[in-house]
Amino acid sequence: MQRSYEVMFIVRPDLMEEDIDKLISTLQTHATNAGATVSHVEKMGKRRLAYDVKKFQEGQYVLFTLATDGKAIHELERRMRVAEPIIKFITVRTDEEHQRLEKIRKLRAARTKRPPAEAAPAEAESPAVTA
Amino acid sequence: MADEVNQEAPRESGRPQQSRGAERGDRGDRGDRGGSGRDQGRKFFRRKKVCRFCVEKIDDINYKDVRLLQQFVAERGKIVPRRLTGVCTPHQRRLTAAIKRARNIALLPFAAR
Repeated sequence: MQRSYEVMFIVRPDLMEEDIDKLISTLQTHATNAGATVSHVEKMGKRRLAYDVKKFQEGQYVLFTLATDGKAIHELERRMRVAEPIIKFITVRTDEEHQRLEKIRKLRAARTKRPPAEAAPAEAESPAVTA
Repeated sequence: MADEVNQEAPRESGRPQQSRGAERGDRGDRGDRGGSGRDQGRKFFRRKKVCRFCVEKIDDINYKDVRLLQQFVAERGKIVPRRLTGVCTPHQRRLTAAIKRARNIALLPFAAR
């Protein structure tokens, strides 16, 4: 069962840039080995945390977007739990949300397309109605 | 806590569901000033609040969008109730979920200060 997920995690702030890259690439290979396809990796940079996490006040956020099944996510989460530089992570399933947004967009597109088409006949009809 | 109320200058208009259609929502800023029926008992005038997400057509309430979520969180980190912000029920539900998610990844505080 293929689903799309977002995995966001926070790396400790004192980690060097290249170490983060290394960490990301290892996680990525683990994910692909588990059967996931990582479509997007985004480093969101250093941010102040809203509360202390493991005594850190700030952290570097990284976001993975991937399509996979639950098993690969489970494996990835296990690895992140073990990985020492990762202080916090969250996994969000996004496929249902994407579907919903797609539906809304279609509905809206259909709605905006119609009014100009409707406006012309409506004008033509209205005299007939009053007459 | 008082400043929760001044969210986003709620514009006068019909119910959020209606304003979603055409732009009939923004016909002047003070349509029925001076009391729409049930407000008559009270001394002061209150504007009709309108769901921001319906008006601005924000479909995706994402937990990563901290700027947006922050507007619906009180100073101490509490989620501001619908009755203060005017957000409609379906959107408030999504908003709540997004805020809770953002809290889990330290984008928003559980309790500030």
